[in-house]
Amino acid sequence: MSITKEAFETQVMAILGRLHGVAARLTRNDADAEDLVADTIVRAWRARESLMAPSAFPAWIFRILNNTFISDRRRASVRGLTEPIEDTEFDDRQPFSIFERLHQPFLLWFANPEQEFLDKLLRDDVDKALAALPEHYRVVVIMADMEDLKYAEIAETLKIPIGTVRSRLARARAALQKTLWTLAQERGIEVSHAPKH
Amino acid sequence: MAVNDIDCAQALKRLIEFIDRELADADREAIERHLQTCRSCLSRAEFERALKGKLRGLSQGDVPSKTLDRITALMQEF
Repeated sequence: MSITKEAFETQVMAILGRLHGVAARLTRNDADAEDLVADTIVRAWRARESLMAPSAFPAWIFRILNNTFISDRRRASVRGLTEPIEDTEFDDRQPFSIFERLHQPFLLWFANPEQEFLDKLLRDDVDKALAALPEHYRVVVIMADMEDLKYAEIAETLKIPIGTVRSRLARARAALQKTLWTLAQERGIEVSHAPKH
Repeated sequence: MAVNDIDCAQALKRLIEFIDRELADADREAIERHLQTCRSCLSRAEFERALKGKLRGLSQGDVPSKTLDRITALMQEF
């Protein structure tokens, strides 16, 4: 299809908040996030003939954003500017779980310490925990949980096997929860009926 | 996974894939049936879903005015 300039601008402005939100978490840098969004929009305009339908615009432009980010990071990697991928410290036998730390089955009907914990978390806490993840973990969490991509789409974007997406996502989420738990303790968040560890 | 009742261990093993909507229909339905009868696993599912929702919520936010101005100017050049 051939989208008009006005229709393209309207679609961009409608999604710009989400585009910027994702770009900011991918890059962890305001200037890089702005550049990523700008590059994405330019590439999208140049590739507008590949847009199949107006309803496909969000998914289509997020694919371009992700591919632009990954290309930039690959170029940086060649120049030795990215973090090495290391999963060696992760213990798959005991992945960290906030739920398992807080859940007490006998409370099921009159208290919910896990939900209370989530309610006390600030948006900033979640943001900090995400930013603290190493890049290869952060990217899969952003794609799965912020962009709602399927494992197959993530695998295709990152050029990794779908099994690697699954395991990396599991580890990333465990690491995120561990950081959230630490941040909560530093802020002094207390949850009623929580087991004492 | 067969289309029969599953236990907590089986449900928890695939709970995250269930929440991520990655399971085939038969497996998804088996977990849904289990969650209808197991309050503990349902609590776990609700917790993981809520945490995923908090991450999704991060994508909603204001665009810095500098970025907005740049994008507006950019598109005027198209």
